[in-house]
Amino acid sequence: MALQSLDIIRRSATTLPEPQARGAHAGQVAKLIDVSKCIGCKACQVACMEWNDLRDEIGSCTGHYDNPPDLSDQSWTLMRFAEYENPKGDLEWLIRKDGCMHCADPGCLKACPSPGAIVQYANGIVDFHEENCIGCGYCVTGCPFNIPRISKKDNKAYKCTLCSDRVSVGLEPACVKTCPTGAITFGSKEDMQQHAAERIEDLKSRGFAQAGLYDPMGVGGTHVMYVLQHADQPQLYSGLPANPKISAIVGLWKGISKPLGLLAIFATAAVGFLHYIGIGPNETDEQDEEAARRELKNELEKTP
Amino acid sequence: MNTKRKAEEIVRYETPTRINHWIVAISFVLLALSGLALFHPALFWLTNLFGGGSWTRILHPLIGIVMVIAFALLGAKMWHENAMQPRDWQWLRQIKDLVNNREDALPEVGKYNAGQKLIFYTIILCLIGLLLSGIVIWRAYFAVYFSVELIRFASLLHAFCGIVLICAIIIHIYAAIWVKGSVRAMTRGTVSYGWAWKHHRAWFREVTKGQQK
Ligand code: HEM
Ligand code: SF4
Repeated sequence: MALQSLDIIRRSATTLPEPQARGAHAGQVAKLIDVSKCIGCKACQVACMEWNDLRDEIGSCTGHYDNPPDLSDQSWTLMRFAEYENPKGDLEWLIRKDGCMHCADPGCLKACPSPGAIVQYANGIVDFHEENCIGCGYCVTGCPFNIPRISKKDNKAYKCTLCSDRVSVGLEPACVKTCPTGAITFGSKEDMQQHAAERIEDLKSRGFAQAGLYDPMGVGGTHVMYVLQHADQPQLYSGLPANPKISAIVGLWKGISKPLGLLAIFATAAVGFLHYIGIGPNETDEQDEEAARRELKNELEKTP
Repeated sequence: MNTKRKAEEIVRYETPTRINHWIVAISFVLLALSGLALFHPALFWLTNLFGGGSWTRILHPLIGIVMVIAFALLGAKMWHENAMQPRDWQWLRQIKDLVNNREDALPEVGKYNAGQKLIFYTIILCLIGLLLSGIVIWRAYFAVYFSVELIRFASLLHAFCGIVLICAIIIHIYAAIWVKGSVRAMTRGTVSYGWAWKHHRAWFREVTKGQQK
């Protein structure tokens, strides 16, 4: 893949523009996950494993339906099951397909110190190029959604690619293709927003007054969006952050601290250099040696 | 210079101390280069010195442990000579005389002057900060034990302490170049009587008194 796709709009730890002659003139892409339509069958998890040739370790039951219990270098997507008792006293099963959100302003990419280990394509997909990954884990530190995982085997970072390989040849992501209820759809971001609006209207007519689209602006919007029955309380969905954004500390660390840090180092060295040029070295001359000798002699005479 | 003059030297650092110092110094240089490589994209090429990005990531924290242990030994040895004394504060107030090479106007100095002492404490604080934050952000072994909020804070703290330490060491190295006759103290272990008398008079009196007994 590398850069020959010619549609790289952002590349981690680089200061110059990347090959980006090819744009996304049909519009940026998005995957829409309609939580209200999901039945938790995990077909998408299986499709992801199949297409990407991933096999997580067989674990053990942890007492709930989440299986595997967490994302990993081998599990790039995962259904998270939450039982919610609504104010009417009814049980709602909120099942959210977790995975990379493909932020327009990706915290992982901002944090990554290795040139080209993380790229963003013109169509909005955020992809890891593992050949450049050094395994430092800064992407984990930068991500507002707790998505990237570092493999214990090869120390590379992995996450959902939004099937960038399939999308680049005009196919939808594997999870989208397989979903039996049509809960996952894929297309241009605009189309998906429109589709979501219809779904939300429908949900509202069925009594979900707070239904809405999850496309958080704190990270510039995402290329994976959710239709939520309770868009006013995203935390209900296994801790989906209500207002995700790149942490201010990460912003400071990866922003102003870099030029300031280098400036401080250069300034310190420059002051030293100028001091040497301007004022000059502090030398011990023959007079000092003489004075030392004289003092020693006096000292000797005093202490016979 | 005749041979008699050459003999007029004071031992400032014994061989084990000098070896210890250079272990600290070399590991510092390696740490600064590998750390800066990850700190700023413009310096990522420095990873080539360590065999690539992954090797830089692997080696940096290990060298860090070496530096911390080596400095702990050095620092313990120098701890008592670095206690701040009343005359040190006066010395600091007259820092202008120092930078203008008017050292004779300054209060007498023991083994270390107030500037050296402050550098000493800066190094200690930075190394404690670097060690603690470095462990928190050490992804291969330790980061899983900490919350992401703490890791974010530690990343910032680590970079901050790293930069402060690098600046402090630049001052330290410059002082050695600026004050002629100092480098020999750490390479050969000795300084001339005149050097000791001029820059560390109280220490000069102390050690020469001992010599006559
Ligand atoms: C005390 C032991 C130390 C430990 C355990 C440690 C550990 C780490 C770790 C784990 C990283 C992240 C990258 C990686 O995994 O290699 C890192 C980065 C870094 N270290 Fe250290 N380190 C130590 C000492 C130092 C020292 C003495 C310096 C300065 C001379 C330094 C400067 C840096 C810098 C500038 C970075 C990059 C920070 C950034 O990316 O913003 N470290 N260190
Ligand atoms: S682990 Fe890899 S992808 Fe993540 S920040 Fe480090 S180099 Fe970049």
